[in-house]
Amino acid sequence: MSTVHLGMPGPPAPRGVGHLRGTETFPVAAGRALGDTQLRRNIANATATIRDKRLRVVAELPDWEQLRDAGRALKAQTMARLPELLVQLEEQVVTRGGNVHWARDAVEANAIVTRLVQATGADEVVKVKSMATQEIGLNEALAQAGIAAWETDLAELIVQLGHDAPSHILVPAIHRNRAEIREIFLREMPDVDPALTDEPRAVAMAARRHLRAKFLSARVAISGANFGVAETGTLGVVESEGNGRMCLTLPQTLITVMGIEKLVPTWQDLEVFLQLLPRSSTGERMNPYTSTWSGVTPGDGPQELHLVLLDNGRTRVLADEHGREALHCIRCSACLNVCPVYERTGGHAYGSVYPGPIGAVLSPQLTGVEDNASLPYASTLCGACYDACPVKIDIPSMLVHLRNEQTEEQRTSSRIPTAEALGMAAASWAMKDPQRYRAAQRTSRLGRLLARGGDGEQRRITRLPGLLSGWTTSRDLPVPPARTFRDWWLAERGGDT
Amino acid sequence: MITCLADTLYPDVGRATVTLLERLGHEVVFPRGQTCCGQMHVNTGYQRDALPLVRHSVAVFGGADVVVAPSGSCVGSVRHQHAAVARRFGDHGLAREAEEVASRTYELSELLVDVLGVSDVGAYYPHRVTYHPTCHSLRVLQVGDKPLRLLREVRGLELVELPAAEACCGFGGTFAVKNSATSTAMLADKMHNVLSSQAEVCTAGDSSCLMHIGGGLSRLRAGVQAVHLAEILASTQQAGRMADPQQARA
Repeated sequence: MSTVHLGMPGPPAPRGVGHLRGTETFPVAAGRALGDTQLRRNIANATATIRDKRLRVVAELPDWEQLRDAGRALKAQTMARLPELLVQLEEQVVTRGGNVHWARDAVEANAIVTRLVQATGADEVVKVKSMATQEIGLNEALAQAGIAAWETDLAELIVQLGHDAPSHILVPAIHRNRAEIREIFLREMPDVDPALTDEPRAVAMAARRHLRAKFLSARVAISGANFGVAETGTLGVVESEGNGRMCLTLPQTLITVMGIEKLVPTWQDLEVFLQLLPRSSTGERMNPYTSTWSGVTPGDGPQELHLVLLDNGRTRVLADEHGREALHCIRCSACLNVCPVYERTGGHAYGSVYPGPIGAVLSPQLTGVEDNASLPYASTLCGACYDACPVKIDIPSMLVHLRNEQTEEQRTSSRIPTAEALGMAAASWAMKDPQRYRAAQRTSRLGRLLARGGDGEQRRITRLPGLLSGWTTSRDLPVPPARTFRDWWLAERGGDT
Repeated sequence: MITCLADTLYPDVGRATVTLLERLGHEVVFPRGQTCCGQMHVNTGYQRDALPLVRHSVAVFGGADVVVAPSGSCVGSVRHQHAAVARRFGDHGLAREAEEVASRTYELSELLVDVLGVSDVGAYYPHRVTYHPTCHSLRVLQVGDKPLRLLREVRGLELVELPAAEACCGFGGTFAVKNSATSTAMLADKMHNVLSSQAEVCTAGDSSCLMHIGGGLSRLRAGVQAVHLAEILASTQQAGRMADPQQARA
């Protein structure tokens, strides 16, 4: 294991491991998703339902805006003191009988967890729903070592049995409806009742029977953490089903993989986040199960506790003053549910386990923007995500920042500028001088030659060449008028100012 | 501030803004040096190329008492991006000047309702109209119901509600080209809602979003027009709808 230097930014998340990079650009993957009628209906229905629930429960709290401000301030404070708080967390976990491991990246984290499981002699583990372990591709790494990892969150189970990938942070099987889930269970669940219907209760009961056997036999559990409290060394998981609670209490050994940004300074700070998170994520006033554990309690719960602290590009994000706010994210997924792009494309189009607006700012920062170059552009900058974020992450401004990073990266890595870069430079050159700007306007009037229509029909431009053809696939453009506003002003008002 | 888009493609929006403000008794000045605020460059990732445009814009508008633009997104750029671009390149003097200009820059409905204190501008527009709150006027400037208050006072105008009004139309500047398919999917839903409202006219405070919605409606020959808020507010019983007589001949 290598040394982790606190306060020094580490490398980006390594290639070839984990799930932070897609194999296609966003526009290509989105184009395919847009053609999937079933997918679009499933996601539109689900996001609309959660959106409405969230608005209802958020409106109940008169101090919601103050809570958001508090959440934002706490996260900013935590990031400013991250090194010392992490050391404090480590001391507290160790004092209470746990073990702490530092993982610089996905490769190290997977190796640590694999080694820990092997040391117990187990060949299977049960898993609590966790984004961090999806991010590093832990299940695949364990499988390579001959260890079976069983997902126990219902939606993660559906994804795992369907040989599929999660498409939402909170509701990983949001792209599936109950008919599809029934089919997956009938096909993949060994002991399933062949008469299974698609009634939600019947499907849930089938999963329950399937999982109960795993809970009772597994000796090792692996979890993520929603929070780690530096003051007390407490780790916490927030969930709806109770399956996480089973994993966190029944097995002998518990291994928790936590991103280093999940820290809060004190126990009292949870007061803020445990109000913000359930209302923003599931639209509930309170989540059904909140489990917290501080080290090991003799005779009660797991007797061996390991905490793996994961960097995997996070210290690199922390070093960027314009981008570090992405680390404030509490993984509620409110931004996904309100995003008009996510609502239409679903999560797989983003290529990363972190989809939607937060994914579009987090994934490129974790990997380096060159590996997720199309994600910062997967947004209209409509701002709905910023409005919904419980810790007020200014996602639109960060997208704009990352777009700038992307073009700068391209400019420095290639000597040949892109057509877009040339166009932008030319536009800037023309528009910083009023005379050149007027000349460019006159040129744009050549667009009148492209106009179609006639015989009484309104004239319009229906086809444009090159980069601009993306516009005219579905939209007309007006014909540039015979005289611009400034021509009119000059003609009518003359030469003042 | 006419905005480069309205200047080049929608001069009637600029003419309407001038006519409206003069009718209300104000002097309108058009600094001829103005070009583009640089928003497209910033939002597409070219802040280096945006910097000279920010510098130029700040110099051109530095002397005005009040700056008004018929665009939520251009005013949003002036207010929320100009100083930040200057700071990124270490020009703190420019950043301070940009903030100073931004504090006197208003979107049209803000100027009318907040600064001038009017909601009835004496307009007449006998059509069924629905209003699309553009994302940047709604969420960046937070103009709230100011445009609706202005529209409700227009004689002859029947205002009908736009379902899912606050959803983005899918324009997003270069998003419409880079992510054309997703943009079109969003536009399809917006057009569906406009058509289901039974309106003859869809209005908004941004020529860019109207170019998008109007471009889609035009492609479908939907028979619904996209008309800028300024053009509605400038229309009167006497003058009718604004149009440049020279355009008709062209």
